[in-house]
Amino acid sequence: MKKDIIISGVGGQGILTIATTIGTAALIEGLQLKQSEVHGMSQRGGDVQSHLRLSSNDIASDLIPEGKADLIISVEPLESLRYVNMLNKETGWLISSMNPFKNIGDYPELENVLNEIWKLPRYVTIDANRVAKDQGSIKAANIVVLGAAIPFLDLKYESLKKALEVMFSKKGQDMVTLNHKALRAGKEYAEERT
Amino acid sequence: MQKLLLLGDEAIAQGALDEGISGVYAYPGTPSTEITEYIQESKQAKEDKVRSLWSANEKTAMESAIGMSYAGKRALVCMKHVGLNVAADAFMNSSITGVNGGLVVLSADDPSMHSSQNEQDSRVYGKFAQIPTMEPSNQQEAYDMTRYAFEISEKFNTPVLIRITTRLAHSRAGVERKEKAKQNELRLPSDLKQYILLPAIARKQYNRLLGMQEAFRNEAVNSGHNRLIDAEDKSMGIIACGLAYNYLVENFENQKVPYPVLKISQYPVPVDKVREMYESVDQVLVLEDGYPVIEELLRGLLNRDQKVRGRLDGTIPRAGELNPTIVAKALGIGVEEGFEIPPLPGRPPVLCEGCSHWDSFYALNEVMEAYSKGRVFSDIGCYTLSALKPLESINSCVDMGASITMAIGATDAGLVPSVAAIGDSTFTHSGITGLLDAVNNRSPITVLIMDNSTTGMTGGQASSAYGKVDDIVKGVGVEEEHIRVVTPLRRLHEENVKVFEEELKYDGVSVIIARRECVQTLSRRMKEKARQKREAR
Repeated sequence: MKKDIIISGVGGQGILTIATTIGTAALIEGLQLKQSEVHGMSQRGGDVQSHLRLSSNDIASDLIPEGKADLIISVEPLESLRYVNMLNKETGWLISSMNPFKNIGDYPELENVLNEIWKLPRYVTIDANRVAKDQGSIKAANIVVLGAAIPFLDLKYESLKKALEVMFSKKGQDMVTLNHKALRAGKEYAEERT
Repeated sequence: MQKLLLLGDEAIAQGALDEGISGVYAYPGTPSTEITEYIQESKQAKEDKVRSLWSANEKTAMESAIGMSYAGKRALVCMKHVGLNVAADAFMNSSITGVNGGLVVLSADDPSMHSSQNEQDSRVYGKFAQIPTMEPSNQQEAYDMTRYAFEISEKFNTPVLIRITTRLAHSRAGVERKEKAKQNELRLPSDLKQYILLPAIARKQYNRLLGMQEAFRNEAVNSGHNRLIDAEDKSMGIIACGLAYNYLVENFENQKVPYPVLKISQYPVPVDKVREMYESVDQVLVLEDGYPVIEELLRGLLNRDQKVRGRLDGTIPRAGELNPTIVAKALGIGVEEGFEIPPLPGRPPVLCEGCSHWDSFYALNEVMEAYSKGRVFSDIGCYTLSALKPLESINSCVDMGASITMAIGATDAGLVPSVAAIGDSTFTHSGITGLLDAVNNRSPITVLIMDNSTTGMTGGQASSAYGKVDDIVKGVGVEEEHIRVVTPLRRLHEENVKVFEEELKYDGVSVIIARRECVQTLSRRMKEKARQKREAR
């Protein structure tokens, strides 16, 4: 098994939570992993990305080579496009939230951004804010996007649920339940559309 | 033991704890910050009473670590690459004094300048100080080499430098721990003159350091950290330093490289191994995630050697960090192409919503309209982002503390008035001495100290300045009527503008302290309070 994943978004949107959830689930399944994170300056509302590599064998590089990512998981549509050069042209999937984060003056028309994504051969776009709200809180939008990536992750749904439990139990059972619901809602959305 | 999932930074911290350090000394700086944070939060460190408070700057950190080593205990000192410039005086001389307890200096470089002003390569400092230098290539090596660094520090009576880069610092992987070592007992150096660098003693000590060089070279050949991996195809040989090794093997099935590879993770450069490979191959490709340090040595001053390829002949870009794709191109391997990126607007970092710096700079911008442009010298911190749109408030960012001193020089040259904009943590890092110069010089400058009561840019670490700024400013000699404290809030804008106007007109040193807590630390504090309340129920 080998999965190379780029996770992208804007600093503060919770991409590290997605990375850590997948990473924890991978450990539960006994996989090797390398997870490159962005800390420091760009965290202040700038574009951020994380390279996450899972494999049943040794992993050499902390960074994914260009054109070899299996998956882009993005919590922001414009940011999902910033890394499409990394995506495998033959097999790669792009999973993105449709909800724009507009903290720049020259943010393009959302329709144009989504049209660019929809030109790709394999994608799932999801109104993560609405789905998360339906499940109880918009705070879980990042986990909804993670849920939508489940059909392409090659990880067991149960392992991801367990990972969320490990990560959120400190914040109370309510938070665990909310994130479990968000994960499932994202998963079901993607399954209906692929 | 079970593997831990650790950042490179955290692997170094855990290695140092397991090797029995008694203290870590550091000033926050990306990408080195998480080392000290890990130790501050570690249960093991608390039980073992490992000291871990932040220092005022890298120089005070380095000197405190030298003091702990003098007293016989092991000390780790951490900083980002430019922090080593601040600590350089102490660092360079620590190689002359030698050590007593193990002393390891960690410098985290930032090739591609993700969060820095330059991409200097700390291996040059290792060579400059003539001390052993380690360059781990993965998280496990970061753990193992930290332990090893303390070992040889005590064996050879020398400080040891560890150099990592951003990618390793901020990437996680599984790390296996080894058995824990005990801390050292308090034990003074056997020669109580060892640390007195009066010329007569310093000459003796310097000769000792020179005499140790052969032992350092032999250690780098025999330690196992520099490996020559032979292979059939001698049309090329590859020297891969630190992380570059990973990018190299990433490009081959089962990580099997068909060419001879010299993997380097310890310096001084193992010359015998380099020679052995050099003589057996037609060409040498040098992969270094930083400056072309080894490549330059190989090519020599006259650059006649056409056999060596790397950053100097354009095989690899001269600047910036490496990645698997750049290395593939250098190897002449076909590169996979992804999809074309459509034209997208950039998304540079910005000040947080509600941040006090917005209000400080709105006031400053309004007041500066009365003067010609180019008068605001600034410093290093979140507020440096005010250089970007929409604020575009500042005109410089050079090094920690330079705002005040550059303003002094500019007013001496006739640019009156000039403004210095600096944060509270940067002020106690390197601003106080500059302010003293300004007072003694009677410079017509206005210093804006933006006191958000934390070290913000690196994630909200405790600021050495906390609760002390007003007294320090007074103590340095700024006249009390020209020390003004304002609260940077939208609703106080008019009031604050008036204060700025008055002080800019004053023909002498004035200080405006704009004080309001960082919104990030405030929100963290509130969440923690809510959590405690929840648990009390």
